[in-house]
Amino acid sequence: MIFLDNLMNGLSLGSIYAIIALGYTMVYGIAKMLNFAHGDVIMVGAYIAFCGLQYWGLPPIVAILAAMVVCTVLGITIEGLAYRPLRQAASLAVLITAIGMSYLLQNVALMIWGANPKSFPRTFINSSILHIGGLNVSSATIYTILANVVIMIALTLFTAKTKMGKAMRCVSEDRGAAELMGINVNRTISVTFAIGSALAAIAGVLLCSSYPILQPTTGSMPGIKAFTAAVFGGIGSIPGAMLGGVLLGVIEIFGKAYISTELGDAIVFAVLIVVLLVKPSGLLGKPVREKV
Amino acid sequence: MKLTKAKRNKLIYNIVTFALVIGAFLILQSMIANKTITRSLKGQLVPICCWIVMAVSLNLVIGISGELSLGHAGFMSVGAYTGAVVSGLLMHVYDIQDPTLRLVIAIVAGGLLAGIVGALIGIPVLRLRGDYLAIVTLAFGEIIRNLVNVLYIGTGDGRLYGSFLNKKLPEGITMLVDGAKGAVKIKPISTFTAGFILVLITLVVVLNLVNSRAGRAIKACRDNRIAAESMGVNVTKYKMMAFVTAAVLAGMAGALYGLNSSTVVPTQFTFNQSINVLVFVVLGGLGNVLGSVISATLLTILPEMLRAFADYRMLVYAVVLILVMIFTNNPTIRSFLNRLIAPFKRKETTGGDAQ
Repeated sequence: MIFLDNLMNGLSLGSIYAIIALGYTMVYGIAKMLNFAHGDVIMVGAYIAFCGLQYWGLPPIVAILAAMVVCTVLGITIEGLAYRPLRQAASLAVLITAIGMSYLLQNVALMIWGANPKSFPRTFINSSILHIGGLNVSSATIYTILANVVIMIALTLFTAKTKMGKAMRCVSEDRGAAELMGINVNRTISVTFAIGSALAAIAGVLLCSSYPILQPTTGSMPGIKAFTAAVFGGIGSIPGAMLGGVLLGVIEIFGKAYISTELGDAIVFAVLIVVLLVKPSGLLGKPVREKV
Repeated sequence: MKLTKAKRNKLIYNIVTFALVIGAFLILQSMIANKTITRSLKGQLVPICCWIVMAVSLNLVIGISGELSLGHAGFMSVGAYTGAVVSGLLMHVYDIQDPTLRLVIAIVAGGLLAGIVGALIGIPVLRLRGDYLAIVTLAFGEIIRNLVNVLYIGTGDGRLYGSFLNKKLPEGITMLVDGAKGAVKIKPISTFTAGFILVLITLVVVLNLVNSRAGRAIKACRDNRIAAESMGVNVTKYKMMAFVTAAVLAGMAGALYGLNSSTVVPTQFTFNQSINVLVFVVLGGLGNVLGSVISATLLTILPEMLRAFADYRMLVYAVVLILVMIFTNNPTIRSFLNRLIAPFKRKETTGGDAQ
């Protein structure tokens, strides 16, 4: 029973990582950049939902939608202002800009909402505990896993069937050729950021529903872990991000439960290192051939 | 002996670097003697030296060897903890009271242990490339931080006690490392002179390495791995050389940093700290050692100088960081700036970058 409890918790945490990792992996696949500010977009999303619920008295669904809209706009703005001027620059320059953006978001949040941790209000997401055959499962767990499955199916269909999805795959394959085929690369990248940021808002709400402490640094550690998850699954691959995220969450919870609470993070990272050494392009990543 | 132009430029670059560092040291020393130095700056002197060493050593990995490492603070924490333990051990067990001797032994020990850890990490890690290498170094940095978080070391009646995960140490001993509380009760023995000497040693090591046969091999691996390999350069060996050298230097900086205050806590060496050093390196210019020295100095002082804005200083720092990156890397803005300064530039100065 404890095993199953842990498994459910692991799946739930892993689903949150997976949703965040999707943002990382899509942006990496298309813009070839590590968007370090992604973790902080999660935090902004959670704060907006928090304000909607606590101060403006919005119904939960509307608050979540508001968070998604704000994060989408934020994602597009960040991309347009900070990353687009650096499209041709060295990847390290873009990385540093993203780090600067991460600091900026954290500090703006610090100014607006202060350093004191806020407690995320209860919503329909985490209001009840379900009893399924002796298992006590929080409704947040169920909603998180459900959201993850829905998002995965929707994204897979989106990239496979729609015109924009095909354009995205095209740009990630070969940006130059895509441009020659008449694909608007800048718009495709903007849409990618928009989707990633909207997902980040959902992840933020789900994260704070399970772990209801909200402060300006809330997003950074899940951000790093989700980034690790994206690499774990093979960065640039959408199913890889899903698999990596879920596995990472399960490993973290089991590591904390059965080995040592303090060493949970160390175990996660150690597993990551072992996987990368055995399979250097991640679980589902395509091995890159080097051409001379 | 007649020098080629490239060699002459390198020589000038090295002389300028050393002259600047030594000059700054002499000026600061005279300011300390005259007591014209502000208190906050005086407190910053040793940390500045540490960050210079960190930036220069990370530049060796990123700028010269071309591998993105995001776990440099991990080596610094290894050095800081080793330094604190060794210094405490020398004082309590071996009864060495001379602070200079203790400092030197602690710094050497910190460098050694960080070097060993660097070699252990480097063997598997340097097989990976690009972003994967970055993420694995990040992971190692976090693992090191997690491990020191559950490390307990104490000393009593001439013996050294240690335990891991649980605090299973006898009562009444002096704790040197106390889990999440970090390394405690350190006697601060770091001095500005020691920091200055460490900076000089770092510069000598790195500049000599860069301009040596090994340094050229390292840069060849960076520029084109396959070409270097087919010319008979042992890529793994030279990448390891750069990585371990950087780890040793970071460990020494860590020992100096740790022995500058009374406690060292694991949260001082998080991922953010590695990123800070990375920012020094990139703003100073990849592969440019003098640039790292200057940017590490300025960016360590800058947040202190912005204290007047207290609440806004990290905000300003973030905005400055983004603007600098956009201004120095956007082709349109760059060509615009170049046109602005073109009339003031002599024609010849286009070639001959120092590195």
